Amino acid sequence: MARIAVVGIGHGRFGQRSDATVQELAFEAWREALQDAGLAPDAIDASVVGSVPEYHKQRSLAGVVQEYLGLNPKPTWLTEAACASGSAAIRTAWMAIQAGLHDVVAVIGCQKMTELSTGEILALMGRVGDVQWESGFGTTFPGYYAMFARRHMHEFGTTREQLAQVAVKNHYYGARNPRALFRKEITVEKALASDPVASPFHVYDCCANADGAACVILASERRAREMGRAGVWLDGVGCASASMSVLRRPDLTGVPSAVDAARQAYAMAGASARDIKVAEVHDCFTIGEIMAYEDLGFCEKGRGGAFIEARQSYIGGATPVNVDGGLKAKGHPIGATGVSMACEIVKQLRGACGDRQVPGADLGLTHNVGGIGQYCFVHVYRRD
Amino acid sequence: MFSWFGKVSYCAHTKVAAFADRLKTGRIAASRCAGCGLVSFPPRADCPTCLSGEFGWVELSGRGTLLTWTRIAVAPAGFDDVAPYTIGVVDLEEGGRLLAWFGASIPDDDLRVGMAVQVVPRLFAEIPEIKVHYTLERPGTTWFTEPAPAPAEGLR
Repeated sequence: MARIAVVGIGHGRFGQRSDATVQELAFEAWREALQDAGLAPDAIDASVVGSVPEYHKQRSLAGVVQEYLGLNPKPTWLTEAACASGSAAIRTAWMAIQAGLHDVVAVIGCQKMTELSTGEILALMGRVGDVQWESGFGTTFPGYYAMFARRHMHEFGTTREQLAQVAVKNHYYGARNPRALFRKEITVEKALASDPVASPFHVYDCCANADGAACVILASERRAREMGRAGVWLDGVGCASASMSVLRRPDLTGVPSAVDAARQAYAMAGASARDIKVAEVHDCFTIGEIMAYEDLGFCEKGRGGAFIEARQSYIGGATPVNVDGGLKAKGHPIGATGVSMACEIVKQLRGACGDRQVPGADLGLTHNVGGIGQYCFVHVYRRD
Repeated sequence: MFSWFGKVSYCAHTKVAAFADRLKTGRIAASRCAGCGLVSFPPRADCPTCLSGEFGWVELSGRGTLLTWTRIAVAPAGFDDVAPYTIGVVDLEEGGRLLAWFGASIPDDDLRVGMAVQVVPRLFAEIPEIKVHYTLERPGTTWFTEPAPAPAEGLR
Protein backbone atom coordinates (compact mmCIF):
# COMPACT_ATOMS: atom_id res chain seq x y z
CA MET A 1 0.00 0.00 0.00
CA ALA A 2 1.23 3.51 -0.79
CA ARG A 3 2.47 5.55 2.15
CA ILE A 4 0.95 8.86 3.15
CA ALA A 5 3.04 11.59 4.74
CA VAL A 6 2.25 14.34 7.20
CA VAL A 7 3.91 17.38 5.64
CA GLY A 8 2.57 20.17 7.85
CA ILE A 9 1.07 20.76 11.30
CA GLY A 10 -0.55 23.82 12.85
CA HIS A 11 -2.19 24.38 16.21
CA GLY A 12 -4.11 27.36 17.58
CA ARG A 13 -4.53 28.32 21.23
CA PHE A 14 -7.29 26.37 23.00
CA GLY A 15 -9.58 28.02 25.54
CA GLN A 16 -12.40 30.52 25.77
CA ARG A 17 -11.87 32.30 22.48
CA SER A 18 -14.42 35.11 22.55
CA ASP A 19 -12.02 37.03 20.32
CA ALA A 20 -12.62 34.94 17.21
CA THR A 21 -15.18 33.25 14.97
CA VAL A 22 -14.79 29.55 14.23
CA GLN A 23 -13.38 30.27 10.76
CA GLU A 24 -10.87 32.71 12.30
CA LEU A 25 -9.81 29.96 14.71
CA ALA A 26 -9.44 27.61 11.73
CA PHE A 27 -7.25 30.16 9.96
CA GLU A 28 -4.75 30.30 12.86
CA ALA A 29 -4.09 26.57 12.57
CA TRP A 30 -4.19 26.63 8.76
CA ARG A 31 -1.63 29.46 8.50
CA GLU A 32 0.76 27.68 10.86
CA ALA A 33 0.40 24.36 9.02
CA LEU A 34 1.05 25.94 5.61
CA GLN A 35 4.10 27.78 6.94
CA ASP A 36 5.31 24.58 8.59
CA ALA A 37 4.94 22.70 5.29
CA GLY A 38 6.49 25.54 3.31
CA LEU A 39 3.52 25.52 0.96
CA ALA A 40 1.42 28.20 -0.70
CA PRO A 41 -2.37 27.82 -0.46
CA ASP A 42 -2.66 26.81 -4.12
CA ALA A 43 -0.65 23.64 -3.38
CA ILE A 44 -3.66 22.23 -1.52
CA ASP A 45 -5.96 20.02 -3.59
CA ALA A 46 -8.82 19.70 -1.11
CA SER A 47 -9.75 20.19 2.52
CA VAL A 48 -11.70 18.11 5.01
CA VAL A 49 -13.21 19.85 8.03
CA GLY A 50 -13.78 17.88 11.25
CA SER A 51 -16.35 19.48 13.53
CA VAL A 52 -19.63 18.87 15.36
CA PRO A 53 -22.25 21.13 13.78
CA GLU A 54 -24.74 21.47 16.63
CA TYR A 55 -22.42 23.72 18.67
CA HIS A 56 -22.25 26.41 16.00
CA LYS A 57 -24.67 29.13 15.04
CA GLN A 58 -23.09 29.04 11.56
CA ARG A 59 -24.52 26.19 9.55
CA SER A 60 -22.67 24.45 6.71
CA LEU A 61 -19.36 24.96 8.44
CA ALA A 62 -17.01 23.50 5.82
CA GLY A 63 -18.39 26.04 3.36
CA VAL A 64 -17.61 29.06 5.51
CA VAL A 65 -14.20 27.72 6.53
CA GLN A 66 -13.22 26.96 2.93
CA GLU A 67 -14.22 30.47 1.84
CA TYR A 68 -12.31 32.14 4.71
CA LEU A 69 -9.18 30.09 4.02
CA GLY A 70 -9.38 31.29 0.41
CA LEU A 71 -9.59 27.76 -0.93
CA ASN A 72 -12.57 28.08 -3.29
CA PRO A 73 -13.13 26.34 -5.73
CA LYS A 74 -11.15 23.40 -4.26
CA PRO A 75 -13.33 20.58 -2.89
CA THR A 76 -14.30 20.50 0.79
CA TRP A 77 -16.67 18.62 3.05
CA LEU A 78 -17.43 18.08 6.74
CA THR A 79 -16.93 14.89 8.73
CA GLU A 80 -18.80 14.30 11.96
CA ALA A 81 -18.14 11.51 14.47
CA ALA A 82 -18.89 13.35 17.74
CA CYS A 83 -15.67 13.92 19.73
CA ALA A 84 -13.75 11.91 17.10
CA SER A 85 -14.73 14.19 14.20
CA GLY A 86 -11.14 15.38 13.77
CA SER A 87 -9.78 11.86 13.37
CA ALA A 88 -12.67 11.02 11.04
CA ALA A 89 -11.47 13.93 8.88
CA ILE A 90 -7.89 12.59 8.91
CA ARG A 91 -9.12 9.14 7.90
CA THR A 92 -11.20 10.67 5.10
CA ALA A 93 -8.22 12.65 3.79
CA TRP A 94 -6.08 9.49 3.96
CA MET A 95 -8.73 7.65 1.91
CA ALA A 96 -8.89 10.42 -0.72
CA ILE A 97 -5.12 10.38 -1.19
CA GLN A 98 -4.94 6.59 -1.12
CA ALA A 99 -7.63 6.48 -3.81
CA GLY A 100 -5.52 8.74 -6.01
CA LEU A 101 -8.21 11.41 -6.08
CA HIS A 102 -6.10 14.10 -4.41
CA ASP A 103 -2.37 14.47 -3.66
CA VAL A 104 -2.32 17.10 -0.91
CA VAL A 105 -5.20 17.45 1.54
CA ALA A 106 -5.56 19.86 4.45
CA VAL A 107 -7.44 18.54 7.48
CA ILE A 108 -8.91 21.24 9.68
CA GLY A 109 -10.41 20.35 13.06
CA CYS A 110 -12.22 23.34 14.53
CA GLN A 111 -14.85 24.00 17.15
CA LYS A 112 -16.37 26.87 19.07
CA MET A 113 -18.20 25.56 22.10
CA THR A 114 -18.54 28.75 24.12
CA GLU A 115 -20.87 30.66 21.79
CA LEU A 116 -23.86 28.74 23.14
CA SER A 117 -25.64 29.97 26.27
CA THR A 118 -25.53 27.85 29.43
CA GLY A 119 -29.16 26.91 28.77
CA GLU A 120 -28.35 25.72 25.27
CA ILE A 121 -25.37 23.71 26.57
CA LEU A 122 -27.54 22.10 29.27
CA ALA A 123 -30.15 21.19 26.63
CA LEU A 124 -27.50 19.63 24.38
CA MET A 125 -26.03 17.84 27.40
CA GLY A 126 -29.36 16.11 27.94
CA ARG A 127 -29.21 14.44 24.52
CA VAL A 128 -25.75 12.84 24.49
CA GLY A 129 -27.05 9.30 24.99
CA ASP A 130 -29.79 7.27 23.35
CA VAL A 131 -32.69 9.73 23.54
CA GLN A 132 -35.35 7.02 23.26
CA TRP A 133 -34.46 4.88 26.28
CA GLU A 134 -31.84 6.74 28.33
CA SER A 135 -32.06 10.54 28.08
CA GLY A 136 -35.55 10.62 29.63
CA PHE A 137 -33.88 9.68 32.92
CA GLY A 138 -31.45 12.62 32.87
CA THR A 139 -28.30 10.83 31.75
CA THR A 140 -25.23 12.98 31.10
CA PHE A 141 -21.90 12.48 29.38
CA PRO A 142 -19.94 12.41 32.66
CA GLY A 143 -22.64 10.09 34.00
CA TYR A 144 -21.97 7.43 31.35
CA TYR A 145 -18.21 7.44 31.91
CA ALA A 146 -18.84 7.50 35.67
CA MET A 147 -20.80 4.28 35.30
CA PHE A 148 -17.85 2.76 33.38
CA ALA A 149 -15.59 3.91 36.22
CA ARG A 150 -17.83 2.38 38.89
CA ARG A 151 -17.83 -0.94 37.05
CA HIS A 152 -14.05 -0.79 36.56
CA MET A 153 -13.58 -0.12 40.27
CA HIS A 154 -15.87 -3.04 41.09
CA GLU A 155 -14.23 -5.58 38.76
CA PHE A 156 -10.57 -4.56 39.08
CA GLY A 157 -10.25 -2.60 42.31
CA THR A 158 -9.39 0.65 40.54
CA THR A 159 -9.45 3.53 43.02
CA ARG A 160 -10.50 7.19 43.01
CA GLU A 161 -6.88 8.06 43.81
CA GLN A 162 -5.76 6.31 40.63
CA LEU A 163 -8.36 8.25 38.63
CA ALA A 164 -7.05 11.46 40.19
CA GLN A 165 -3.45 10.49 39.30
CA VAL A 166 -4.41 10.65 35.61
CA ALA A 167 -5.58 14.24 36.06
CA VAL A 168 -2.42 15.11 38.03
CA LYS A 169 -0.19 13.77 35.24
CA ASN A 170 -2.10 15.58 32.50
CA HIS A 171 -2.04 18.87 34.38
CA TYR A 172 1.70 18.36 34.99
CA TYR A 173 2.33 18.19 31.25
CA GLY A 174 -0.34 20.80 30.43
CA ALA A 175 1.63 23.25 32.55
CA ARG A 176 4.48 22.76 30.05
CA ASN A 177 2.33 23.25 26.92
CA PRO A 178 1.80 26.90 25.87
CA ARG A 179 -1.27 25.94 23.80
CA ALA A 180 -3.10 24.31 26.73
CA LEU A 181 -6.17 25.76 28.44
CA PHE A 182 -5.05 24.84 31.99
CA ARG A 183 -1.40 25.48 32.66
CA LYS A 184 -1.34 24.76 36.39
CA GLU A 185 -0.20 21.64 38.19
CA ILE A 186 -2.63 20.03 40.65
CA THR A 187 -2.36 17.46 43.43
CA VAL A 188 -4.29 14.26 44.09
CA GLU A 189 -5.72 15.90 47.23
CA LYS A 190 -7.01 18.88 45.25
CA ALA A 191 -8.58 16.60 42.62
CA LEU A 192 -10.31 14.46 45.26
CA ALA A 193 -11.65 17.50 47.08
CA SER A 194 -13.18 19.17 44.01
CA ASP A 195 -16.96 19.41 43.56
CA PRO A 196 -18.90 16.26 42.63
CA VAL A 197 -20.17 15.98 39.04
CA ALA A 198 -21.39 12.38 38.69
CA SER A 199 -20.11 9.94 41.31
CA PRO A 200 -17.35 8.77 41.47
CA PHE A 201 -16.30 11.77 39.33
CA HIS A 202 -15.45 15.19 40.63
CA VAL A 203 -14.58 18.27 38.57
CA TYR A 204 -10.96 17.19 38.04
CA ASP A 205 -12.04 13.87 36.53
CA CYS A 206 -13.62 15.78 33.63
CA CYS A 207 -12.14 17.70 30.71
CA ALA A 208 -13.46 21.16 29.87
CA ASN A 209 -15.28 22.48 26.81
CA ALA A 210 -13.09 24.84 24.81
CA ASP A 211 -12.74 26.68 21.53
CA GLY A 212 -9.87 25.96 19.20
CA ALA A 213 -8.52 24.58 15.96
CA ALA A 214 -5.73 22.39 14.65
CA CYS A 215 -4.59 21.50 11.15
CA VAL A 216 -2.52 18.77 9.51
CA ILE A 217 -1.57 18.57 5.86
CA LEU A 218 -1.35 15.07 4.37
CA ALA A 219 0.33 14.25 1.07
CA SER A 220 0.98 11.32 -1.19
CA GLU A 221 4.48 9.82 -0.94
CA ARG A 222 5.38 11.15 -4.38
CA ARG A 223 4.36 14.74 -3.59
CA ALA A 224 5.94 14.59 -0.13
CA ARG A 225 9.27 13.56 -1.65
CA GLU A 226 9.00 16.24 -4.36
CA MET A 227 8.54 18.93 -1.72
CA GLY A 228 11.29 17.48 0.48
CA ARG A 229 8.85 16.84 3.33
CA ALA A 230 8.93 13.04 3.50
CA GLY A 231 9.81 11.73 6.96
CA VAL A 232 6.73 11.32 9.12
CA TRP A 233 4.10 8.89 7.88
CA LEU A 234 0.55 7.92 8.76
CA ASP A 235 1.20 4.19 8.43
CA GLY A 236 -1.77 2.67 10.21
CA VAL A 237 -5.43 3.73 10.32
CA GLY A 238 -8.05 1.84 12.30
CA CYS A 239 -11.71 2.62 12.85
CA ALA A 240 -14.56 0.75 14.50
CA SER A 241 -17.96 1.34 16.03
CA ALA A 242 -19.80 0.09 19.10
CA SER A 243 -23.38 0.48 20.28
CA MET A 244 -24.52 4.02 21.00
CA SER A 245 -26.61 2.74 23.89
CA VAL A 246 -24.89 1.75 27.10
CA LEU A 247 -27.65 -0.87 27.37
CA ARG A 248 -26.27 -2.86 24.43
CA ARG A 249 -22.63 -2.97 25.61
CA PRO A 250 -21.68 -6.40 26.95
CA ASP A 251 -18.63 -4.99 28.79
CA LEU A 252 -18.82 -1.72 30.74
CA THR A 253 -15.11 -1.61 31.64
CA GLY A 254 -13.67 -0.72 28.24
CA VAL A 255 -14.40 0.71 24.81
CA PRO A 256 -14.77 -2.21 22.36
CA SER A 257 -14.42 0.01 19.28
CA ALA A 258 -11.00 1.10 20.58
CA VAL A 259 -9.83 -2.51 20.84
CA ASP A 260 -10.98 -3.19 17.27
CA ALA A 261 -9.57 0.06 15.84
CA ALA A 262 -6.21 -0.54 17.54
CA ARG A 263 -5.96 -4.06 16.16
CA GLN A 264 -6.52 -2.71 12.63
CA ALA A 265 -4.05 0.14 13.01
CA TYR A 266 -1.29 -2.04 14.51
CA ALA A 267 -1.74 -4.63 11.73
CA MET A 268 -1.60 -2.02 8.96
CA ALA A 269 1.48 -0.34 10.46
CA GLY A 270 3.18 -3.67 11.21
CA ALA A 271 3.55 -2.63 14.84
CA SER A 272 2.42 -3.77 18.25
CA ALA A 273 1.47 -1.95 21.42
CA ARG A 274 4.91 -2.30 22.98
CA ASP A 275 6.52 -0.58 19.95
CA ILE A 276 4.59 2.63 20.61
CA LYS A 277 6.94 5.23 22.09
CA VAL A 278 4.38 7.97 22.73
CA ALA A 279 0.58 8.09 22.63
CA GLU A 280 -2.22 10.61 22.67
CA VAL A 281 -5.39 9.07 24.11
CA HIS A 282 -8.94 10.27 24.65
CA ASP A 283 -9.00 11.30 28.32
CA CYS A 284 -12.36 13.12 28.23
CA PHE A 285 -12.73 11.63 31.72
CA THR A 286 -9.97 10.11 33.83
CA ILE A 287 -11.36 6.59 33.44
CA GLY A 288 -11.17 7.12 29.66
CA GLU A 289 -7.38 7.22 29.84
CA ILE A 290 -7.20 4.18 32.15
CA MET A 291 -9.46 2.18 29.81
CA ALA A 292 -7.33 3.33 26.84
CA TYR A 293 -4.14 1.90 28.42
CA GLU A 294 -5.93 -1.45 28.48
CA ASP A 295 -7.84 -1.25 25.18
CA LEU A 296 -4.66 -0.27 23.30
CA GLY A 297 -2.60 -3.01 24.95
CA PHE A 298 -0.21 -0.74 26.89
CA CYS A 299 -1.06 -2.89 29.93
CA GLU A 300 -3.20 -5.92 30.71
CA LYS A 301 -6.95 -5.62 31.09
CA GLY A 302 -7.74 -4.40 34.59
CA ARG A 303 -4.22 -3.09 35.27
CA GLY A 304 -4.82 0.48 34.03
CA GLY A 305 -5.07 1.88 37.55
CA ALA A 306 -1.77 0.28 38.54
CA PHE A 307 -0.21 1.56 35.29
CA ILE A 308 -0.77 5.23 36.21
CA GLU A 309 0.01 4.61 39.87
CA ALA A 310 3.45 3.26 38.83
CA ARG A 311 3.88 6.36 36.59
CA GLN A 312 4.23 4.14 33.51
CA SER A 313 2.48 6.77 31.36
CA TYR A 314 4.92 9.55 32.33
CA ILE A 315 7.99 10.28 30.22
CA GLY A 316 10.47 7.63 31.32
CA GLY A 317 7.69 5.05 31.86
CA ALA A 318 6.69 2.16 29.62
CA THR A 319 4.45 4.24 27.31
CA PRO A 320 4.27 8.02 27.82
CA VAL A 321 0.67 9.15 27.31
CA ASN A 322 -0.79 12.63 26.81
CA VAL A 323 2.45 14.42 27.54
CA ASP A 324 0.92 17.60 26.05
CA GLY A 325 -1.72 17.66 28.81
CA GLY A 326 -4.39 15.60 27.05
CA LEU A 327 -7.98 16.72 26.74
CA LYS A 328 -7.89 17.27 30.52
CA ALA A 329 -5.42 20.16 30.48
CA LYS A 330 -5.53 21.27 26.85
CA GLY A 331 -9.31 21.58 26.79
CA HIS A 332 -11.58 19.65 24.42
CA PRO A 333 -12.82 21.65 21.41
CA ILE A 334 -14.38 18.45 20.16
CA GLY A 335 -13.84 18.72 16.40
CA ALA A 336 -10.27 19.98 16.88
CA THR A 337 -9.21 17.33 19.40
CA GLY A 338 -8.32 14.47 17.02
CA VAL A 339 -6.28 16.80 14.82
CA SER A 340 -4.57 18.28 17.88
CA MET A 341 -3.55 14.75 18.89
CA ALA A 342 -2.03 14.21 15.42
CA CYS A 343 -0.09 17.51 15.66
CA GLU A 344 1.41 16.50 19.00
CA ILE A 345 2.47 13.04 17.81
CA VAL A 346 4.07 14.45 14.64
CA LYS A 347 5.89 17.03 16.76
CA GLN A 348 7.11 14.28 19.08
CA LEU A 349 8.33 12.20 16.13
CA ARG A 350 10.19 15.25 14.83
CA GLY A 351 11.85 15.63 18.23
CA ALA A 352 10.49 19.17 18.54
CA CYS A 353 8.72 19.01 21.92
CA GLY A 354 11.37 20.65 24.10
CA ASP A 355 11.14 19.81 27.80
CA ARG A 356 8.30 17.34 27.27
CA GLN A 357 10.04 15.48 24.43
CA VAL A 358 9.94 11.68 24.66
CA PRO A 359 13.51 10.53 23.89
CA GLY A 360 13.80 8.31 20.82
CA ALA A 361 10.17 8.71 19.77
CA ASP A 362 9.92 7.07 16.34
CA LEU A 363 6.47 5.47 16.54
CA GLY A 364 3.42 7.26 17.94
CA LEU A 365 -0.30 6.63 18.26
CA THR A 366 -3.51 8.62 18.53
CA HIS A 367 -6.72 7.23 20.07
CA ASN A 368 -9.81 9.39 19.52
CA VAL A 369 -13.17 8.25 20.88
CA GLY A 370 -16.53 9.61 19.71
CA GLY A 371 -19.26 9.84 22.35
CA ILE A 372 -19.04 6.90 24.73
CA GLY A 373 -17.35 4.75 22.08
CA GLN A 374 -19.90 4.57 19.28
CA TYR A 375 -16.92 5.66 17.16
CA CYS A 376 -13.22 5.12 17.68
CA PHE A 377 -10.25 5.98 15.47
CA VAL A 378 -6.71 4.77 16.19
CA HIS A 379 -3.87 6.07 14.02
CA VAL A 380 -0.19 5.01 14.04
CA TYR A 381 2.47 7.47 12.88
CA ARG A 382 6.07 6.54 12.08
CA ARG A 383 9.29 8.50 11.58
CA ASP A 384 11.81 6.99 9.19
CA MET B 1 -48.13 7.31 23.30
CA PHE B 2 -44.37 7.19 23.53
CA SER B 3 -44.25 10.87 24.49
CA TRP B 4 -45.46 9.67 27.91
CA PHE B 5 -42.16 7.88 28.55
CA GLY B 6 -39.46 9.57 30.62
CA LYS B 7 -39.46 12.83 32.56
CA VAL B 8 -38.45 14.65 29.39
CA SER B 9 -39.50 13.12 26.07
CA TYR B 10 -37.22 13.59 23.08
CA CYS B 11 -38.86 10.91 21.03
CA ALA B 12 -42.63 11.05 20.54
CA HIS B 13 -42.94 8.70 17.59
CA THR B 14 -41.69 5.14 17.34
CA LYS B 15 -42.92 1.77 16.09
CA VAL B 16 -42.65 0.47 19.66
CA ALA B 17 -44.92 3.20 21.11
CA ALA B 18 -47.17 0.54 22.69
CA PHE B 19 -44.38 0.03 25.24
CA ALA B 20 -45.49 3.22 27.01
CA ASP B 21 -49.18 2.22 26.97
CA ARG B 22 -48.23 -1.06 28.64
CA LEU B 23 -46.02 0.69 31.15
CA LYS B 24 -48.96 2.92 32.12
CA THR B 25 -50.85 -0.22 33.17
CA GLY B 26 -47.93 -1.48 35.24
CA ARG B 27 -46.38 -3.85 32.73
CA ILE B 28 -42.80 -3.82 31.44
CA ALA B 29 -42.44 -5.61 28.11
CA ALA B 30 -39.63 -6.59 25.79
CA SER B 31 -40.11 -6.94 22.04
CA ARG B 32 -40.08 -10.42 20.52
CA CYS B 33 -39.27 -10.81 16.83
CA ALA B 34 -42.06 -12.68 14.97
CA GLY B 35 -39.51 -14.02 12.50
CA CYS B 36 -36.79 -15.55 14.68
CA GLY B 37 -37.99 -15.04 18.25
CA LEU B 38 -35.20 -12.63 19.28
CA VAL B 39 -36.22 -10.98 22.55
CA SER B 40 -34.93 -7.45 22.96
CA PHE B 41 -34.84 -4.92 25.75
CA PRO B 42 -34.88 -2.04 25.07
CA PRO B 43 -37.61 -3.10 22.61
CA ARG B 44 -37.07 -2.71 18.88
CA ALA B 45 -39.40 -3.02 15.91
CA ASP B 46 -36.91 -4.36 13.38
CA CYS B 47 -34.81 -7.48 13.79
CA PRO B 48 -31.11 -6.96 12.97
CA THR B 49 -30.64 -10.72 12.63
CA CYS B 50 -33.49 -11.96 10.40
CA LEU B 51 -34.58 -8.47 9.18
CA SER B 52 -38.23 -9.06 10.07
CA GLY B 53 -40.32 -5.99 10.85
CA GLU B 54 -43.02 -7.98 12.64
CA PHE B 55 -42.87 -8.25 16.42
CA GLY B 56 -44.89 -8.95 19.53
CA TRP B 57 -44.47 -8.28 23.26
CA VAL B 58 -43.15 -10.42 26.10
CA GLU B 59 -43.89 -9.32 29.65
CA LEU B 60 -40.85 -9.12 31.93
CA SER B 61 -40.63 -9.92 35.62
CA GLY B 62 -38.71 -6.72 36.27
CA ARG B 63 -36.19 -8.68 38.33
CA GLY B 64 -32.59 -7.80 37.68
CA THR B 65 -29.06 -7.28 38.96
CA LEU B 66 -27.38 -3.91 39.38
CA LEU B 67 -24.39 -3.54 37.05
CA THR B 68 -23.32 0.02 37.81
CA TRP B 69 -24.67 3.35 39.01
CA THR B 70 -23.86 7.05 39.37
CA ARG B 71 -25.22 9.97 41.37
CA ILE B 72 -25.63 12.89 39.00
CA ALA B 73 -24.96 16.26 40.59
CA VAL B 74 -24.73 18.37 37.43
CA ALA B 75 -28.04 17.83 35.63
CA PRO B 76 -29.07 18.65 32.06
CA ALA B 77 -32.04 20.85 31.07
CA GLY B 78 -35.33 19.51 32.41
CA PHE B 79 -33.76 17.74 35.39
CA ASP B 80 -32.44 20.60 37.53
CA ASP B 81 -35.58 20.44 39.72
CA VAL B 82 -34.83 16.83 40.73
CA ALA B 83 -30.99 16.96 40.98
CA PRO B 84 -29.05 15.37 42.46
CA TYR B 85 -30.46 12.00 41.42
CA THR B 86 -29.04 8.49 41.10
CA ILE B 87 -29.32 6.29 38.03
CA GLY B 88 -28.32 2.68 37.52
CA VAL B 89 -27.98 0.07 34.78
CA VAL B 90 -29.59 -3.29 35.41
CA ASP B 91 -29.12 -6.71 33.81
CA LEU B 92 -32.68 -8.06 33.42
CA GLU B 93 -33.41 -11.65 34.43
CA GLU B 94 -34.95 -12.47 31.02
CA GLY B 95 -32.11 -10.74 29.10
CA GLY B 96 -31.47 -7.18 28.02
CA ARG B 97 -30.63 -4.15 30.11
CA LEU B 98 -32.48 -1.19 31.49
CA LEU B 99 -31.49 2.23 32.82
CA ALA B 100 -33.55 3.95 35.52
CA TRP B 101 -33.60 6.00 38.70
CA PHE B 102 -33.51 4.41 42.11
CA GLY B 103 -36.74 4.61 44.07
CA ALA B 104 -37.27 5.40 47.74
CA SER B 105 -36.69 1.79 48.86
CA ILE B 106 -32.96 1.96 47.97
CA PRO B 107 -31.08 4.89 49.49
CA ASP B 108 -27.60 5.63 48.08
CA ASP B 109 -25.86 4.20 51.14
CA ASP B 110 -27.38 0.78 50.35
CA LEU B 111 -26.19 0.69 46.74
CA ARG B 112 -23.94 -2.23 45.87
CA VAL B 113 -22.89 -3.36 42.40
CA GLY B 114 -24.33 -6.85 41.97
CA MET B 115 -27.35 -6.34 44.27
CA ALA B 116 -30.77 -7.70 43.27
CA VAL B 117 -33.30 -5.05 42.25
CA GLN B 118 -36.91 -4.90 41.10
CA VAL B 119 -37.93 -2.59 38.25
CA VAL B 120 -41.21 -0.92 39.18
CA PRO B 121 -43.45 1.03 36.76
CA ARG B 122 -44.26 4.60 37.87
CA LEU B 123 -46.51 7.48 36.99
CA PHE B 124 -45.27 10.99 37.74
CA ALA B 125 -47.88 12.23 40.19
CA GLU B 126 -46.53 15.79 40.25
CA ILE B 127 -46.75 16.38 36.49
CA PRO B 128 -50.28 17.14 35.18
CA GLU B 129 -49.89 15.35 31.86
CA ILE B 130 -49.37 11.58 31.70
CA LYS B 131 -45.70 10.74 32.26
CA VAL B 132 -44.59 7.16 32.84
CA HIS B 133 -41.21 5.80 33.86
CA TYR B 134 -39.80 3.13 36.15
CA THR B 135 -37.63 2.99 39.25
CA LEU B 136 -35.21 0.46 40.71
CA GLU B 137 -36.42 -0.85 44.06
CA ARG B 138 -35.86 -3.53 46.68
CA PRO B 139 -37.01 -6.97 45.47
CA GLY B 140 -40.69 -7.48 46.28
CA THR B 141 -41.66 -3.83 45.77
CA THR B 142 -44.69 -3.28 43.51
CA TRP B 143 -46.01 -0.02 42.13
CA PHE B 144 -49.41 -0.50 43.76
CA THR B 145 -48.00 -0.34 47.27
CA GLU B 146 -45.24 2.24 46.86
CA PRO B 147 -46.30 5.90 47.06
CA ALA B 148 -45.33 8.20 44.22
CA PRO B 149 -42.30 10.38 45.08
CA ALA B 150 -43.09 13.74 46.61
CA PRO B 151 -42.03 16.67 44.41
CA ALA B 152 -40.19 18.46 47.23
CA GLU B 153 -37.95 15.44 47.72
CA GLY B 154 -37.21 15.06 44.05
CA LEU B 155 -37.04 11.53 42.81
CA ARG B 156 -35.70 9.95 45.97
